[in-house]
Amino acid sequence: MTIPAEAQQAIRSFGISLEDYLLPVHGRVQQIQILDPSGHLLPEDERGSAPGHEYPIPPGEELLEAYRRLVIGRRVNDQNSALVRQGRMAVYPSSHGQEACQVAAALCLSEGDWMFPTYRDSVAVMSRGVDPVEAMTLFRGDWHGGYDPHEHHVGIQCTPLTTQLLHAVGVAHAAKLRGEDTVVLAMCGDGATSEGDFHEALNFAAVFHLPVVFFVQNNQYAISVPLAHQTVAPSLAHKAIGYGMAGERVDGNDAIALLAVLDRAVRLARSGSGPLLVEAHTYRMQAHTNADDATRYRADAEVQAWAAKDPLVRMREYLRGEGVLTDDVEASFAADAEEVARRLREGLGEDAAVDPADLFRFVFTEPTPQLREQAALLAEEVARDDISARDDIPGKEH
Amino acid sequence: MSTVAEAVAARAAASAGPEPLTFAKALTAAMADSLRADDSVVVFGEDIGTLGGVFRITDGLQEEFGEQRVFDTPLAESGIVGMAVGMAMNGLRPVLELQFDAFAYPAFQQILSHVAKMHNRTRGKVRLPMVLRVPYAGGIGGVEHHCDSSEAYYAHTPGLKVCTPATVADAYRMLREAIASDDPVVFLEPKKLYWTKDLVDLEALRAEFDAKPASSEGRAVVARPGTDATLIAYGPTVGTALAAAEAAAAEGRSVEVVDVRSIVPFDDETVTASVRKTGRAVVVAEAAGFASVASEIVARVQERCFHSLAAPVRRVTGFDIPYPPPKLEHWHLPSVDRILDALDDLQWED
Ligand SMILES: Cc1ncc(C[n+]2csc(CCOP(=O)(O)OP(=O)(O)O)c2C)c(N)n1
Ligand SMILES: [Mg+2]
Repeated sequence: MTIPAEAQQAIRSFGISLEDYLLPVHGRVQQIQILDPSGHLLPEDERGSAPGHEYPIPPGEELLEAYRRLVIGRRVNDQNSALVRQGRMAVYPSSHGQEACQVAAALCLSEGDWMFPTYRDSVAVMSRGVDPVEAMTLFRGDWHGGYDPHEHHVGIQCTPLTTQLLHAVGVAHAAKLRGEDTVVLAMCGDGATSEGDFHEALNFAAVFHLPVVFFVQNNQYAISVPLAHQTVAPSLAHKAIGYGMAGERVDGNDAIALLAVLDRAVRLARSGSGPLLVEAHTYRMQAHTNADDATRYRADAEVQAWAAKDPLVRMREYLRGEGVLTDDVEASFAADAEEVARRLREGLGEDAAVDPADLFRFVFTEPTPQLREQAALLAEEVARDDISARDDIPGKEH
Repeated sequence: MSTVAEAVAARAAASAGPEPLTFAKALTAAMADSLRADDSVVVFGEDIGTLGGVFRITDGLQEEFGEQRVFDTPLAESGIVGMAVGMAMNGLRPVLELQFDAFAYPAFQQILSHVAKMHNRTRGKVRLPMVLRVPYAGGIGGVEHHCDSSEAYYAHTPGLKVCTPATVADAYRMLREAIASDDPVVFLEPKKLYWTKDLVDLEALRAEFDAKPASSEGRAVVARPGTDATLIAYGPTVGTALAAAEAAAAEGRSVEVVDVRSIVPFDDETVTASVRKTGRAVVVAEAAGFASVASEIVARVQERCFHSLAAPVRRVTGFDIPYPPPKLEHWHLPSVDRILDALDDLQWED
């Protein structure tokens, strides 16, 4: 994200200057951070907020619950990665290192609100209340999704990048027309901000003045491609400006800062601010998925530098320092996490029965005559295979 | 013997002879040779630089040819294809990678409205020599959006050449021909073939291309000769068709397999000659059968071979459903058994 000197010169002599664009930070990209990496509160004037707009620290109970979910989220990530290695799942895009973003995304929403997650947001989906095994159906390979989006107001995890942002905009638009006070959290990654649908979604949300909070987890990479190849904007939060909305950048490994910023964003959106953009500055600690080899494109030193900013460690240190996270409480959180991991192991450890007839059941509300014909052909084939798989049939050749 | 043939033979004789090569490496070699032979060739897409592509098809190219000619773009498929249109208008020969079949869809506006039409709109004044490489189709246990068979969308769009190789040698040959073509080519790479290996004499293939850069373009080939029926297949299903022909031979039936290779243009001559000879035909394709390339082939064969046919031409295709999740895909994919069943159905008198 460096702008060549000649380009800076050109920008200065033409309309909105680079300085205007960078205001009020003048070269230093501001970022909301409340906890430092060792878990200590930063002095108020170093937390990145504009004077008079300081972010309050959420109440202790909320922080403790957030930490409980962080512990569970980390366990879920590591358990799922293990299940992939054991061949129990087809693929798992881990959010290891991004758990603070995942948990805050779930905690900032009220019951009637909606979340539109990506493939990487499984922990956020579970944290919102979706059953862990149902959430993993997609990656286990039984079906394209395993939960009912209406039950917890969570869109089906989306792979075609940023296409879900427009669905989020649509849900918010419908809510507005229906007089509901729903807020929609629209999630995507840093690389995805380059897609055309990102632009269309932000513009629609702004033009229709909709209660959408766009939440970009900038984990520095889109598979192998670093952020510097995606944009030369000073930050992704700055992209809001061109749409006439406000953007805020937040330390994505600081759960307290994330909760503070997302809570405010959701509250503002609910009270009629129109859309907002939140960029969380974080890091994808593991490879893109198990199929990827991150050593081909990034140095271990970089990964280690981010390991020192781990979102769990930071929160734990803070809560222990405050005296609210006792050994007993920690043990009970660990037990909760182990329980979720056990459910995942059990749920994914056995082969769920898959029914070939499902192939035809859901293509339309009612199968077409052609699909019924094809379903019958397959059923016949399956029955025949079942018979030929048996060797106790008289006359069957061996 | 012509001088060209002599030259080819001489270079082939000088080579080390056939060596084991993967389908993936054959594609890499085709791009490397094209980059070497023609300064106007540029290669770009998502993750194709440092990483060498998610399937490693561009592995080592950036290192060898530099970041000016082999580069990662921002993550935007419409951007990739649209920029390539402009580059092709201005003297370059872009070779693009669209990461997976279904992730080409954001670029459809550019592909359908511009890539396919520019030559026609400008009465031939603007040519778009570009190749859209698309890792394509299923059979690899991939989750949704990673296994689509999208050939019909492209084939239905006049102005696009569409082809798909089924062998390691064709991977090299056809990609070089596609890059050399002055028309835009949608180059579909069956993912499940990437890791297949064959004994290939790369030096002989190079000599063949240098001597005649479009010798196999637009041509189907008889992949296995036979006399009783013809299986017509392309890309991912050619191997399945060959296996079915092998199984049919064990049952005493001589089945010919035609590898279509080029969907657009379509080689009516080779396909028609085969079916006129055998009198029976089954088209095998992985894509959903409704309104498909397979339907088009059936129609063409029926129109041209009616008097030679002993039975209606059959199709074995994927069902008319969204591509299934990994645990269900084996029910969907055309299998040897399904092909044999279809062959049995061709009104044999014996
Ligand atoms: C339209 C589209 N193009 C390409 C892909 C393939 N793909 C999947 S994830 C990914 C990288 C996305 O990076 P980012 O948005 O930063 O999210 P992250 O994976 O880092 O969470 C790519 C290129 C896709 N899923 N959809
Ligand atoms: Mg990313």
